[in-house]
Amino acid sequence: MELLAFGDTGWGDELFRATLMTIAVSITAMLIGFGFAAIFTPLKLSKIKILNLAANIYTTVIRGVPELLVIYLFFFGGSGAIMFVASMFGYNEYIEINAFVTGSFAIGIISGAYSTEVFRGAIQSIDKGQFEAAKVLGFSKFKQFYKIILPQMLRLAIPNLSNVWQITLKDTSLISVTGLVEIMRQSYIAAGSTRDPLFFYSFAAVLYLLLTFLSMKLINKLEVKYSRGH
Amino acid sequence: MDFDLMIDSFPKLLNAAVVTLKLLSVSLIVGLFIGLLFATLRINKNIFINKFAYGYSYIFRGTPLLVQIFIIYFGLGQIEYLRSTFLWVILKEPYWCAIIAFSLNTGAYTSEILRSAFQTIKPGIIEAGKSLGISNKIIFYKIQIPIAIRQSLPAYGNEIILMMKGTSLASTVTLMDLTGVAKYIISTTFKPIEVFIVAGGIYLFMTFIIHNLIKFLEKKYSFN
Repeated sequence: MELLAFGDTGWGDELFRATLMTIAVSITAMLIGFGFAAIFTPLKLSKIKILNLAANIYTTVIRGVPELLVIYLFFFGGSGAIMFVASMFGYNEYIEINAFVTGSFAIGIISGAYSTEVFRGAIQSIDKGQFEAAKVLGFSKFKQFYKIILPQMLRLAIPNLSNVWQITLKDTSLISVTGLVEIMRQSYIAAGSTRDPLFFYSFAAVLYLLLTFLSMKLINKLEVKYSRGH
Repeated sequence: MDFDLMIDSFPKLLNAAVVTLKLLSVSLIVGLFIGLLFATLRINKNIFINKFAYGYSYIFRGTPLLVQIFIIYFGLGQIEYLRSTFLWVILKEPYWCAIIAFSLNTGAYTSEILRSAFQTIKPGIIEAGKSLGISNKIIFYKIQIPIAIRQSLPAYGNEIILMMKGTSLASTVTLMDLTGVAKYIISTTFKPIEVFIVAGGIYLFMTFIIHNLIKFLEKKYSFN
């Protein structure tokens, strides 16, 4: 137990901070993913073929290629791409982006592809009459979506989004390869310096189980809230 | 765009894809047996057996695959007793550690897929078997299992693709699979985009093949 003590003697406070980091990266990545989904879901549903194709390429490539490969692309290619853009504006110094930004962005793009599919499915399973009714009521396009489609879409999407959240949370463990100190990286450091990998990796597993368990509880509550009246 | 590098690295990456396919196929076969075993435990009426099987799938589905590989590869070697048994011959090899981790992981997901397939079998089918005087054992092997396998094909197809992506983690325990070689080439040439296109293309091709294979099987074994 002294291995987990808080302070200089144990790894308790380090692991606690690492857990917060995992939560922070997961939430940031999930939000970035929603951003991507907000762009690509309309494209997926669009009748214009080329837009449709662009969205399909995005979801197919991301869901068919290992997460680790995407992370390596961002880890090795991220600052290169930014420096290329900066050099077009005449800035030629070396730019390094921090691991948190690279990591959340890489995981965010992955999570966005899954979210896009979930939102597409949810919108497609809303009754057609709802769209027509919204139009007939004379609502503006924005109001139609915001007041009528979105609430119904959320109710249908929440169970599947909870799966996306679980995937995203577990994928953050892969960012440890870029050196960001989250649960996995911290356990690696602790295991290396104490020569007790069995204990620290098992403890990491317990932390992840705790996170998935608690977030499921929270999501179930949301689910109940959004399915009022059903 | 460095096309020479892309052409140059293609054969290397293709060779590495063979390692990926080997890891995938061995893990899937072992994982299918584990999944079938635990799915039957899940539909068992004994509450302890039931809870045990549920706990297994809960733990393996609730933790990242990376943690599971690290516990098996780095963690188990720490137990002195294991080092003296014949198991050590297996556990000191990263290849077998990766296979054990992948099999247990895909076994957990497969058990859930098969369990829900078992539960959707209409009771009438089993009753029909009973009324024909077929023994319970034969009903299970000849009626329930084939129907469950057919029912779970679409979900299992997804699991195969997820597992194929999962094998990329073998590169974290020094194995040179497709992702491992891709990372090596990226870190020596600093040309991430070119290598990503080639390696990603090979992965997508494999996804495409698996996807169509499952579709073919679904059609072949469809009920109507």
